[in-house]
Amino acid sequence: MSATSPVLEANGLVKKYGQVVALNGTDFELLPGEILAIIGDNGAGKSTLIKALSGALQPDEGEIRLNGVAVNFRSPRDARKAGIETVYQDLAVAPALDIASNIFLGRETRRRGPLGRLLRLLDKRGMRREAARHFEELGIGVQSIGQPVENLSGGQRQGVAVARAATWARRLVIMDEPTAALGVKETRQVLDLILRVRERGLPVILISHDMPHVFELADRIHIMRLGRRVAVVTPKTHTMPEAVAIMTGATPSELDQALTKKGSDE
Amino acid sequence: MSFQSVRRVLAAPTVGPLLALVLTVVFFSLKTDRFFQAQNFSLVLQQVLIVAVLAIGQTLVILTAGIDLSVGTVMALGQVVMTKLAVESGVPALPALLIGILTCVGFGVLNGGLVTGMRLPPFIVTLGTLNIAFALTHTISNDLTFTGLPKLELFWGRTFTINGTDFTYGIVLMLLLYAVAWYGLNQTAWGRHVYAVGDNREAARLTGINTNRVLLSVYTLAGLTYGIAAWLLVGRTEVGDPNAGQTTENLDSITAVVLGGTSLFGGRGTIIGTLIGALIVGVFRNGLTLIGVQVIYQYLVTGVLVILAVSVDQLAHRRRA
Repeated sequence: MSATSPVLEANGLVKKYGQVVALNGTDFELLPGEILAIIGDNGAGKSTLIKALSGALQPDEGEIRLNGVAVNFRSPRDARKAGIETVYQDLAVAPALDIASNIFLGRETRRRGPLGRLLRLLDKRGMRREAARHFEELGIGVQSIGQPVENLSGGQRQGVAVARAATWARRLVIMDEPTAALGVKETRQVLDLILRVRERGLPVILISHDMPHVFELADRIHIMRLGRRVAVVTPKTHTMPEAVAIMTGATPSELDQALTKKGSDE
Repeated sequence: MSFQSVRRVLAAPTVGPLLALVLTVVFFSLKTDRFFQAQNFSLVLQQVLIVAVLAIGQTLVILTAGIDLSVGTVMALGQVVMTKLAVESGVPALPALLIGILTCVGFGVLNGGLVTGMRLPPFIVTLGTLNIAFALTHTISNDLTFTGLPKLELFWGRTFTINGTDFTYGIVLMLLLYAVAWYGLNQTAWGRHVYAVGDNREAARLTGINTNRVLLSVYTLAGLTYGIAAWLLVGRTEVGDPNAGQTTENLDSITAVVLGGTSLFGGRGTIIGTLIGALIVGVFRNGLTLIGVQVIYQYLVTGVLVILAVSVDQLAHRRRA
């Protein structure tokens, strides 16, 4: 493990809102090519941590390093420039715009030559071709890349958001409850998509409430409680009830019990 | 043509408004012989001109899910400024004209600044600036009408003749402005961002679009179109009139946009639709006048029209949701 240095790491992050301590000196590390799940009860500091890592808020104390270099994101735009893309649970797409426009939203490419330089003419055909290629690579099936996103199912819409993140992320993708707004079948599509993002070599931070999904997808699980990282476990070393016990702060004896039980199982 | 392509043509956003325009034209052509004539069409275009140009700015604002109630009075202020400076203050024509237009741009910046900086609802902001511009128009002009204007300010009222029918240069400028607006909205990244901000502002922000800058640019450009409309109005009426732009222009510009198929919920609509919408408004007013309907009933008809169009928009919105 020491041979692989983390893609993204954080040490001693603190974030206070008045009297409320959202992050209480938490650490964090994401390794290359892994899916790292973050779990924790409501108020454990999951979303605050994610917001700090994606530039949506600035921690009061602590340090974030991307590929070993200290970074200071003042906005999500800074994080994006550094190669970190985020997928949000509430389907952050523009429904009236077509798929290609959504993929390239905020990063439109112009025609080459004076038409693009002086008249700022968009390269619509090029963007559609690129978007179609990414969709094919990620195995998202849609009839036409030129159709408005609102014609798609919820799963396909989230597919657009994931494809956008995978298209632009150079370092890693953060997925904040990407399936929270979806039905069972659509959730399945998005989960498969997350696995394909990892196959392309991009590490993924996955925030989810859904333990079976977490245990199915994650390589490692970062467990938060009261604003700190209390443990990092893997689906191989721990069971779901154990992870939940750590997450909910079971009493030491209960925890011991769970751990001894695990020890005797092995 | 296959069934699919027929459906696609019928589903194009400008087909509904275009159909409504054709039906209106057919209706008035059947009602009176004086309607379907080249000279009358030229007249309709001239009457539509001002509202059509104002409606370009209004379209931009409505596409971002806003509304601009200050259009008419801001234009009125612009024309009073540009004419008073030229006639009374002895400012040369070009600077007078530019200061007039810049006054309207300034109001656009003010609207946009309040909407983005203070996060105020566009409805209230522009209702406020409507009144400010109204008051300024009357104090600056002392309720006087300015005449004897320089040639430059009257330029767009000059005419040229095609097949014996007179058209003003203003009509050419209007079409040119529509072409520019179409290009900006459909062929540039800025246009995409305008649609995206109106469609889902939070999503637009999260993809890295500077939504405040987009909104500010929209209100500023809208102000510019009101300034150009002021110039066109001066060219058409040949006076600087403090009472201009305070009756039907606000509602007519909104009616044109909504009749043209642009959604008040933002993010959907076309600039070509707005041109068609403005023509519908113009044809209605012209046709009703020709068949002898009193002006007061024309208000009634436009009032009903806009409510009908908004109802259609609302139903479509509910179906999407």
